[in-house]
Amino acid sequence: MTVELLVAVAIGVLTTGGVWLMLRARIFDVVLGLTLLSYAVNLFIFAMGRVRAGAAPIVQDGVAPTLDNYTDPVPQALVLTAIVISFAMTAVLLVVAIRARSATGTDHVDGSEPPS
Amino acid sequence: MMAHLPVLPIVIPLFAGALCVLTERRFPALPRALSLLSTLLQVTVALLLLNRASTGDIDVYLLSNWRAPFGISLAVDRLATLMLTLTTLLGFLAALWSLGGDDRRGSHFHAFLQFQLMGISGAFLTADLFNLFVFFEVLLASSYALLLHGAGTAQLRASIHYIVFNLLGGALFLIAASLLYGLTGTLSLADLSGKLAALGPDDAGLAQAASWLLVLVFAVKAALLPLYYWLPATYGSATAPVAALFAILTKVGVYAILRVSTLLFGAGPLAGLLNDVLPALALATLALSAVGALAATRLASLVGYLVIGSAGTLLFTFGLGDERAIAAGLTYLVNSTLVAGGLFFVLDQVRARKVHGDTLDPDRAGPPVSRAAGATAYFILALGASGLPPLAGFFGKALILKATIGSSWAIAAWTIILVSGLMVLVALARAGIYLFWKPEAAVPSGTPSSATASRAALALLLSAVLGATVLAGPIAAWAAATAAQLLARERYIDAVFAKVPAPPAWPNRAELEERVRQGGAK
Repeated sequence: MTVELLVAVAIGVLTTGGVWLMLRARIFDVVLGLTLLSYAVNLFIFAMGRVRAGAAPIVQDGVAPTLDNYTDPVPQALVLTAIVISFAMTAVLLVVAIRARSATGTDHVDGSEPPS
Repeated sequence: MMAHLPVLPIVIPLFAGALCVLTERRFPALPRALSLLSTLLQVTVALLLLNRASTGDIDVYLLSNWRAPFGISLAVDRLATLMLTLTTLLGFLAALWSLGGDDRRGSHFHAFLQFQLMGISGAFLTADLFNLFVFFEVLLASSYALLLHGAGTAQLRASIHYIVFNLLGGALFLIAASLLYGLTGTLSLADLSGKLAALGPDDAGLAQAASWLLVLVFAVKAALLPLYYWLPATYGSATAPVAALFAILTKVGVYAILRVSTLLFGAGPLAGLLNDVLPALALATLALSAVGALAATRLASLVGYLVIGSAGTLLFTFGLGDERAIAAGLTYLVNSTLVAGGLFFVLDQVRARKVHGDTLDPDRAGPPVSRAAGATAYFILALGASGLPPLAGFFGKALILKATIGSSWAIAAWTIILVSGLMVLVALARAGIYLFWKPEAAVPSGTPSSATASRAALALLLSAVLGATVLAGPIAAWAAATAAQLLARERYIDAVFAKVPAPPAWPNRAELEERVRQGGAK
């Protein structure tokens, strides 16, 4: 029970931080926010396979193939895919952000400073 | 070879794109040839699949030979082949148009074009929710690169919004997909369909939340009402062949909504999930897009709003969810996709030849484009876009209006579709007058898009639009059969589960499959 609570709180905190950062108007904050959010999503996918410690995803003879005896390997595969994709996409976003920074001279997400 | 036909729309562009990356530096001419060859092959494969699907059978392909639902399967039904044919056709025309010089405005254009086509084709073919996510990311990743092709500051600005928006969409997609997996233990669309229908009342709320998240993600791609603000700037700043291909990108979102609403929201606690909300939002999108088209100060954003309006019209018919409405929507889809692609080509011609680009300001509208080619093309496409007879856009709209008779949406639908059609007509006519009639002198030198290849692409696209008009009867019949097939969910599900893997080629594989069979039996 405590482990489930810990995972849930961690996902919640990461999502909160990610959303807050994403709503800011500077590119770097938005990138950090997206990263935090993708961590939260990865944990969430993992948790959807049920939190189960000390079990392997390999079916053994004589042990019933249910989630009581094994961990679910599918969410783990999904998490791996999701991590790779979000990592690559963040890299793309950073490259574009750096080019936009040098082209417009500002790190505001709209490409120009708001009138103050 | 014929057995592997369904996977070719993914494999051909993958290899062509990879070869383009490898050869571009040493042999600059090779990617052009490869790209043309590959897109032509894709059109051929799509037509072959279209021919096979016209029997009404659903062709299923098991990737890496694992039976559903353990592996990922591709399902080729009428809807998938229809979308595939449109995609490959636009892809070929975009490749052809780019030979006029657009592909030399940055590096690796053809490689990204191929990867984009791979992502779109894969999204239409796959019968697996997570695989759909992967193909979405493939097509988005290459669309980021294509959007930045020949980058100016406006493109950089538009692309940051576009990338952040879609990354966020990807995160929500993952949450929705994993929620559905946590509820049902499967990601295969066919398996999900049955298991979601059988969910108990305890899980209904969670399933609905996940489904709404999924629809939200698709609505971002399809540019539904609160989520379309990114589109006009993004599409308007892209180069012509890229924007023409982007005309199919919104249709990917529309397709995904149609697929999940017919397959997953058919029975059980999710039945009719979209029937109340989606038509209202779609009609509002259509109304606002017409206002946006009237208010547009550039041809680029005018065309962008037309794309939004066509997605709104489509989502309205799919939201109604009955067979006649879906059939009418699919008929409309063929014409509106081709017309939007063509308008982006004309837009590029206008931009290249006018001092003030595509501005619609009467005082600055600049000299007219060469009247012969550009103006005729614009006239035909504008007729198609506003849904006037004699072009196919008219038949599509008439069918949609006819399909709403008797439903509770009839009055709202007739009013909004007809009034927005009029507003779009006014906007298009005004733009035509400013851009093609107003005589002035001094045409700027350097007209890259007047090259033969680009002219050929535009001519082919116009003949496709006219062809869609001549073939309006067969297309409408095909669309009706597609709608019937979509609503007969069991046929899709049965086809996916009935597909038997090819016999295993080596002993390890045979043993693995034996264990899977035992595990499944328990």
